[in-house]
Amino acid sequence: MADIRYLAPRTLDEAIGAFAAAGSAARILAGGTDLLVQVRSGIVKPGVIVDIKKISEMTEIAETADGGFRIGAAASGMALAEHPRFGKVWPGVLEAVNLIGSKQVQGRASAGGNLCNGSPAGDSVPAMIAAGAIVTVQGPDGRREMKVEEVPAGPGRTNLKPGEILVSFVLPPRAPGSGDAYLRMIPRTEMDIAVVGLGVSLTLENGVCTAARVGLGAVAPTALLVEAAGAALIGSKLDDAALEKAAEACRSACRPIDDKRGTIAYRVKTAGVLLKRTAAIAAQRATGK
Amino acid sequence: MNLVTNNKWIGQRTIRPDGMDKVTGRAQFAADTTMPGMIWGKVLRSPHPHARIRGIDTSKAEKLAGVKAVVTSRDIVDFTIEKGAVMLGIQDMRWMCRNVMARDKALFPGHPVAAVAATTEAIAAEACKLIEVDYEVLPWSIEIEDAILPDAPILHEFNRWEGKPSNIMSRIEHKKGDLTEGFASADIVIERTFTTRPVHQGYIEPHACLISVAPDGKTTIWSSSQGQFMVRAMTSMLTGIPQSDIRAIPAEIGGGFGGKTIVYLEPLATMLAKKSGRPVKMVMTREEVMRATGPTSGSRSTVKIGVKKDGTITAAHGTFYLQAGAFPGSPIRGAAGCSFTPYDIPNLLSEGFDVCSNRSKVAAYRAPGAPIGAYAVECVMDEVAGALKMDPLDFRLKNAAKQGTKAAHGPTFPRIGYIETVEAAKSSPHYAAPLGEADKTSGKVRGRGVASGFWFNAGGESSAQVNITEDGNVVVTTGHPDIGGSRAGIANICAELLGIDYRRVSVIIGDTQTIGFSNLTGGSRVLFASSMVVTQSAEKVIQTLRERAAKIWNIDPEAVKWEQGAAHPVSPNAGQFEPLTLKELAEKAPAMGGPIGAGVQLNTQGADGGFGTHICDVEIDTELGIARVIRYTAVQDVGRAIHPGYVEGQLQGGVAQGIGWALNEEYIYTREGKVDNPGFLDYRMPVCSDLPMLDCIMVEVPNPKHPQGVKGVGEVPLVPVMAAVANAIHNALGLRFYSLPMSPPKVSAALDAGVRQAAE
Ligand SMILES: Cc1cc2nc3c(=O)[nH]c(=O)nc-3n(C[C@H](O)[C@H](O)[C@H](O)COP(=O)(O)OP(=O)(O)OC[C@H]3O[C@@H](n4cnc5c(N)ncnc54)[C@H](O)[C@@H]3O)c2cc1C
Repeated sequence: MADIRYLAPRTLDEAIGAFAAAGSAARILAGGTDLLVQVRSGIVKPGVIVDIKKISEMTEIAETADGGFRIGAAASGMALAEHPRFGKVWPGVLEAVNLIGSKQVQGRASAGGNLCNGSPAGDSVPAMIAAGAIVTVQGPDGRREMKVEEVPAGPGRTNLKPGEILVSFVLPPRAPGSGDAYLRMIPRTEMDIAVVGLGVSLTLENGVCTAARVGLGAVAPTALLVEAAGAALIGSKLDDAALEKAAEACRSACRPIDDKRGTIAYRVKTAGVLLKRTAAIAAQRATGK
Repeated sequence: MNLVTNNKWIGQRTIRPDGMDKVTGRAQFAADTTMPGMIWGKVLRSPHPHARIRGIDTSKAEKLAGVKAVVTSRDIVDFTIEKGAVMLGIQDMRWMCRNVMARDKALFPGHPVAAVAATTEAIAAEACKLIEVDYEVLPWSIEIEDAILPDAPILHEFNRWEGKPSNIMSRIEHKKGDLTEGFASADIVIERTFTTRPVHQGYIEPHACLISVAPDGKTTIWSSSQGQFMVRAMTSMLTGIPQSDIRAIPAEIGGGFGGKTIVYLEPLATMLAKKSGRPVKMVMTREEVMRATGPTSGSRSTVKIGVKKDGTITAAHGTFYLQAGAFPGSPIRGAAGCSFTPYDIPNLLSEGFDVCSNRSKVAAYRAPGAPIGAYAVECVMDEVAGALKMDPLDFRLKNAAKQGTKAAHGPTFPRIGYIETVEAAKSSPHYAAPLGEADKTSGKVRGRGVASGFWFNAGGESSAQVNITEDGNVVVTTGHPDIGGSRAGIANICAELLGIDYRRVSVIIGDTQTIGFSNLTGGSRVLFASSMVVTQSAEKVIQTLRERAAKIWNIDPEAVKWEQGAAHPVSPNAGQFEPLTLKELAEKAPAMGGPIGAGVQLNTQGADGGFGTHICDVEIDTELGIARVIRYTAVQDVGRAIHPGYVEGQLQGGVAQGIGWALNEEYIYTREGKVDNPGFLDYRMPVCSDLPMLDCIMVEVPNPKHPQGVKGVGEVPLVPVMAAVANAIHNALGLRFYSLPMSPPKVSAALDAGVRQAAE
């Protein structure tokens, strides 16, 4: 029943100061599409809410000098969709972010919130892992960088330290012949939560795969980088044998649970099916077809 | 029958009277109402599936600052079990009083045990936590197979079945001919068992009410329901306040589908308001709706059908076990009574068993029980047609019920439209179209299925008042909440009868103290019943108008006719007069005998049953087990489509709900017996993008006992859907599913197991 204090600082330093000072009772607010739902249902009872959307760095989307992208942690899905270049370079990351919720949700929801919420089923996370995104976090002890797959710690938990805020994602420059894609299995066609989500990013040179990363969601306590799946594709022409090997790597990476959203057997099988389908789309994009 | 031909407004897609308010957000739903001094009520609910309540201590809650009243079962009128049934419609008040507030036992997780009113919702919720309930936790069962075991935990100790305590509360049977003989004369007999899961009506608007009890006892209820008179009567019976002191005002309703034909909050809010002296508002959360309001039954059905080689059905036997939830009253009548009704079957036994178990009490859901029964029967019909190598629609035609067929549930049919629906399905563009190629590279396959269905439909009590305003327009008041566009239908009919533009007719829903008794919006009765009383009222008004014109012209009223909104002499012989319009007659009313208006109240009779036949195409992603409906056509005998747009809306809505029931919707329970998916994220109703455009073919076989030929249309369209989808999936995969929902993990597992259809 206690009141909630709402702060909307204009600078990152102010935000970190306020966030760190308030301790465990504080929550960062980006789009609020997870946080406000959790507050309403009584799962979290924050004493202080620090809204980070007024900090320009947090909502910025910038193409870096080397051709990479820096995305503010609180940039909305809609802002990312409207960026003239981002979707051309990272169509898979964009489609993953844009799968979150509906149009209304897209106006608010951010990739940063999706990652920091810590859901194993967050849609943008496997795509970001496949893309090799590096995140910048800042806290009372300063800035540091982490691989995106190192951020989730388990359902609802992250490896951010107390008082740390996720600032941005950096996606590396793209080699020619690269493509990425994200697919999720949901029983409906939208407004649903991934039973399995899978992102692939790869590079083809003369038909041969020279780089590949696979991110897998909703089949373990955190989204996973499936290195063996990437390795199975690298050096191949994405032939059936290589794809089956990569699919098998995804299936064996699964450590799912049986729950209301799907059975263990179904999730494991689906991970393999999605690997093949997602890799095919990424390859198509890589070759510009 | 005086069926109006050459209609100007009947059959037109006019703009609905409530449309503008709804799309601009002006419409007042129950949760939109507010009053000065209003406080908030919250319900404390049992966490246990089954527990004896040894005591309740509310003292700490009462002491919390801001708390204004606390109620428990002591504040609700007790209808004791020994005194026998006290029926209100189909509800026994013995169960209603125990459902709104647990008495000696809590029977499901979510069962109310106390309620609090406080100055804020948060304080009310906090106070609920301070109430101490001394529970003796008891063993429980939820699924039918567990609840009917000989050693199952018994919910209602007084009940005996075959002499022993049991959760089987009652049995219904419909019988015709000689079953043994019938099956003996069959060449092919197929018997299958099916299960379905409980599914919720899924109305968007949670239950809500605002109630004020004045110091003199006068009570005003604003609430969302399918019947303000039901709200008044049940609240009166459960609180002891006479009906004459309760004014129940129907709010706009955000969906009900049967689920709002009983009360949950109103008796509690009334007692909280009475005790506190303050208006009390209560609004359920979605979670409360899912845990504590009626989904329909889960079921277990066995259906056996015998046929001759030429396709004639010789005998059929259906056994339908339906979950009632915490209290008796599952819709076994719909399951046993409707499922075989499209067919002329000489030897038939259809039995229903009402089984209590520790989940929320069922509430009506669109053709209650009929979709559950039809799912089993129509799947076996498909299997039999397959065994006969007959087209499934031809097989149905061969055995179709028609005028003169004696239905097992009693009536001998008058002129009915079942055959017309099958023939229209057969000659539809959909049935003639090829399935089309699926994208085989991703393992997709397609299939088509058909199914039929029947629902009783109903008439019953209805009241209307038709008044002519001083400026010559019309106000019609009826007594049934409008859920499906009934106001638009009434406007069309009234405009037609009075010969004026439909925009001059304003249609409103009266409250309990301003319009005569009108039964629930349910049973697909509303347009049937209310248009009867509106027609009779309008005819009285027209009679008055003719008399007035006759008086002005000084001729006999019989020499005056009413046409195109004006009185005319019947012929030049009657006299040469300029027509007198409605507007002119209204202006002259004060001098000519006073206000013009008429009301009629009837217990309407003559509702004819409704039949439908559906065609469904599915595409299945065999790698992921996902079935999607890609084309769907619902054919239905609608009697007369007074407003075709809202008739189609009913058909499409029913189909959409059935597709959800078939593919994804289900109550999932935890090991502790609690609903594990009490929200729309994990209780998966279809979203728009899950469905193709749902095509409708309206067959019109007018009801001769109704002035406009109306038949109920709202419930039939849900009845055939699950079987149509299941039959399409079988056609695509060669696999039969005997349980719902046919969700991706289930379809995928079946494909992996490579199970082949037994009959093939
Ligand atoms: C109707 C609906 C549909 C949805 N559908 C999907 C879906 O399809 N797929 C999906 O993945 N999700 C879905 N979601 C969940 C949610 O929208 C996403 O997870 C979204 O990305 C969250 O972003 P946000 O900006 O709204 O986060 P918020 O709610 O603002 O934050 C989420 C959590 O992360 C923390 N946080 C946010 N930003 C930071 C930061 N910069 N640093 C540190 N901590 C931070 C917050 O404190 C909070 O705990 C849906 C939600 C709704 C309401």
